[in-house]
Amino acid sequence: MMVTLTIDGRSIKVRDGSTILQVSREHDFYIPTLCDDPRLEPYGGCRLCLVQIKGMPRPVTACTTPVTEGMNVETTNEEIEGLRRTIVELLLSDHPTDCMICEKAGDCTLQELAYFYNLRENRFEGERRQYSGSDGNPFIERNMEKCILCGKCVRVCNEVQGVSAIEIAYRGFSAKVCPPFEKDLDCEFCGQCVSVCPTGALMGKISMGKGRQKDIEKVESICPYCGCGCNITLHVARNEVIRVSSRPESLNEGWLCVKGRFGFRFNSSPDRLKHPLIKRNGRFEEASWDEALDYVAERFGEIKEKHGADAIAGLSSARCTNEENYLFQKFLRAAVGTNNIDHCARY
Amino acid sequence: MMQECNIVIKVCMGTGGIAAGGTGVVSAFNEEIKAAGINASVEKNCSVHNVGCRGFCARDVLVDVIIDGEKTTYEYIKSDMVPRIVQEHILQGQAVGDWEVKEDYHTFHEKQVKVVLSDCGEVDPEDIESYVERGGYEALKKVLATMTPEETIDLIKASGLRGRGGAGFPTGLKWEFARKAPGEPKYLICNADEGDPGAFMDRSVIEGNPHSVIEGMIIGAYAIGALKGYVYIRAEYPLAVERLKIALDQARQRGFLGNRIQERDFNFDIKIKLGAGAFVCGEETALIASIEGNRGMPKAKPPFPAQKGLWGKPTVINNVETLANIAYIIRNGADWFAQFGTEKSKGTKVFALTGKVKNSGLIEVPLGIALREIVYDIGGGIEGDRKLKAVQTGGPSGGCITADMIDIAVDYESLAKAGSIVGSGGMVVMDETDCMVNIAKYFLEFTQAESCGKCVPCRIGTKRLLEILERITDGRGRPGDMDLLEKLSNDIRSASLCGLGQTAPNPVLSTLRYFRDEYEAHIHEKRCPAGVCKNLLTYSILEEFCKGCTMCARVCPAGAIVGEKKKPHKIIQEICVKCGACFETCKFKAIKKG
Repeated sequence: MMVTLTIDGRSIKVRDGSTILQVSREHDFYIPTLCDDPRLEPYGGCRLCLVQIKGMPRPVTACTTPVTEGMNVETTNEEIEGLRRTIVELLLSDHPTDCMICEKAGDCTLQELAYFYNLRENRFEGERRQYSGSDGNPFIERNMEKCILCGKCVRVCNEVQGVSAIEIAYRGFSAKVCPPFEKDLDCEFCGQCVSVCPTGALMGKISMGKGRQKDIEKVESICPYCGCGCNITLHVARNEVIRVSSRPESLNEGWLCVKGRFGFRFNSSPDRLKHPLIKRNGRFEEASWDEALDYVAERFGEIKEKHGADAIAGLSSARCTNEENYLFQKFLRAAVGTNNIDHCARY
Repeated sequence: MMQECNIVIKVCMGTGGIAAGGTGVVSAFNEEIKAAGINASVEKNCSVHNVGCRGFCARDVLVDVIIDGEKTTYEYIKSDMVPRIVQEHILQGQAVGDWEVKEDYHTFHEKQVKVVLSDCGEVDPEDIESYVERGGYEALKKVLATMTPEETIDLIKASGLRGRGGAGFPTGLKWEFARKAPGEPKYLICNADEGDPGAFMDRSVIEGNPHSVIEGMIIGAYAIGALKGYVYIRAEYPLAVERLKIALDQARQRGFLGNRIQERDFNFDIKIKLGAGAFVCGEETALIASIEGNRGMPKAKPPFPAQKGLWGKPTVINNVETLANIAYIIRNGADWFAQFGTEKSKGTKVFALTGKVKNSGLIEVPLGIALREIVYDIGGGIEGDRKLKAVQTGGPSGGCITADMIDIAVDYESLAKAGSIVGSGGMVVMDETDCMVNIAKYFLEFTQAESCGKCVPCRIGTKRLLEILERITDGRGRPGDMDLLEKLSNDIRSASLCGLGQTAPNPVLSTLRYFRDEYEAHIHEKRCPAGVCKNLLTYSILEEFCKGCTMCARVCPAGAIVGEKKKPHKIIQEICVKCGACFETCKFKAIKKG
């Protein structure tokens, strides 16, 4: 079923069941939001996406309101912008203004909104939440003073990861996202919460202080850990991978596990093998690829000649892609001539 | 030998009655009756009953002694007064005149019209028989035997009953939406999460007559087609919870709950769900989230609970008082109910009348009654015959009605027009000694602490409103603060997610609208006209009145008052902590506050 509605005077035909925010995004109407993520259930918490619908007594949130036939939406007007401005100003009144040293600077939605609404002064300056101590977990830096309670971390943990390691506790101004009993975070550390956080409240610990958005080069790659082949984006600074992210439009929808997101330090490990090594006179010596492959082919030939092909076996890895694993078994069956082929994931 | 007579003693055992010593009074009666040989050697039948709140809590423990149908009511009864009542009144038939209720007890009740509270204070809340004797569960039997669900809904629609929880949505219409909504099973929830400061209407109804609520729920379930009901009640109401549990068990035993109710093809049962005392859980969607085991946070509507409620199924949520009306409407008819009230606001409303009024307590009045009648007739006027300043209705979501609007009709439309609401029924009377800025601050303290934290305008906005009010009452108010309060209040009202945030600024807007001069005095003159805001107060001694009796110096906890005996004293302002002890003590009105 299709419905026709009007957004800012433009008539648009869309699928029934979409929300105003979805339709506005698809048709390039800018509506600010801090708590919406198209991959998560609508929340309606930040109130930035308020829009005016003709005939409705009060503004409604675009993220939670489904489109209906004949609906007439205004995404911006003086009143709406006034409300949005107040909301951002309120958020900033309870937010550290340490953008100059914040890890998230340049990639922070709140910072963008503050710039957009030109909020140099704040009418609502007052008490700020202050939390002491830091979370002792090895992966995720939690700076709750920067949390705007958009609830994205709570929702991704619950809806996508199915872990529910965090929830909002307390009420009123003291409301706070935390693990049960306010203990240190003790979850599977997938870091999905970090990936959706719009401010600097959640950051990867191993990336801290290594470079912000403007300092990095982004390199698209595939996660090497398993055959899923998740798309990853390497954030490279000074020839070192300092962070890994994933694009929401990728096949894995931007979701990664703890290995893909945080397990990248092997990449710059000094112990990492970069050249083939051949053991000569009891010592490994660097060799060229031709040299190494010739040596392996020669030894395989000799063993097969002397003991038969079944004296050779191959063990493959779950970290290889399907294509690599396919080639490996093909090599053993067709080239070497044995069915002795197995895979680490069977153990 | 004395003639045999029937004596019934009813002791108020609501929360107020128990707090005043009702339990001791009941056991004293039982002991004295036994000791006197009543029901044994003396030929009198005497029974002692616990009853729920009858409204006039300030006079507890209230005791009715009914001898052969003739009722005498005693007030302020303590257990040590019981022997005299038994000796003089029960044995000798001579009422103890000194302890009987006075004229004001009757004027308190005269202008009230009791529907919901008609059996409160009469029936024993822990005994289903006493409810049945007074016609209880007749409405349910009538509905099941003679009416279809649609007819039941039509009757409630015709009565004009509107939700008593605050919003005033027509109850019959709500039931109809749920009945017609696709999806099975359907649920009926009784919202007993009464959380307004100073409100005790729903609590008193459940404590006083739980079966009226249960009967209303069963009829509602029949009308919408629900199989299961919940009573969402705060755990801070232990007595109400206990009495509700007993009542549910008794209703099950009598076949009013469970499978094949009254031998008909209708199954329904009720579960109690205890709330942890979050004000926001009175909001429908937050209440549903809480029952589902999640944090009580509201969600955007639509979808409305009647379409997609508990566990995603059509759900009706009715307030306690709404449900307690149902059985009486069915028993007496829609026209009977609609005779009370106004064109758009039918029936009666229970209010918790508190504040600076002489008679405070639980009252039930027809909607549309003049506020003046509530304050001056039922309430008996202002304490100490001071001047009325305002009446706050609707609790933290409501607003103020000023003294010059005292003739306003108390109904949904009139109060809304005046910038307030009927709300769930809190009614706080304020006099000239109340500071309206301080009142606004008080309510904001409450709403800020009770905001769920989900949406920004409510979570941070109410905090900032509160901070501005704090600085005004502390004497740090800035020019422009009133504009800022007004602007922020309007933004919070427009931008908040649920009713809590949307109405939280009402006490601010309402006091700004009617008491601007008080705000101005605080901000510009650093003066609290009502003499409430401590930091804006100074106490000084009027030399011409001071006799030098030294009383003030002796009670001053800070040692701020100096002076020789029989000579005028002086207050050292730097040391004064503004506790007001001197002001209270001085017999010569020599201390000036201001």
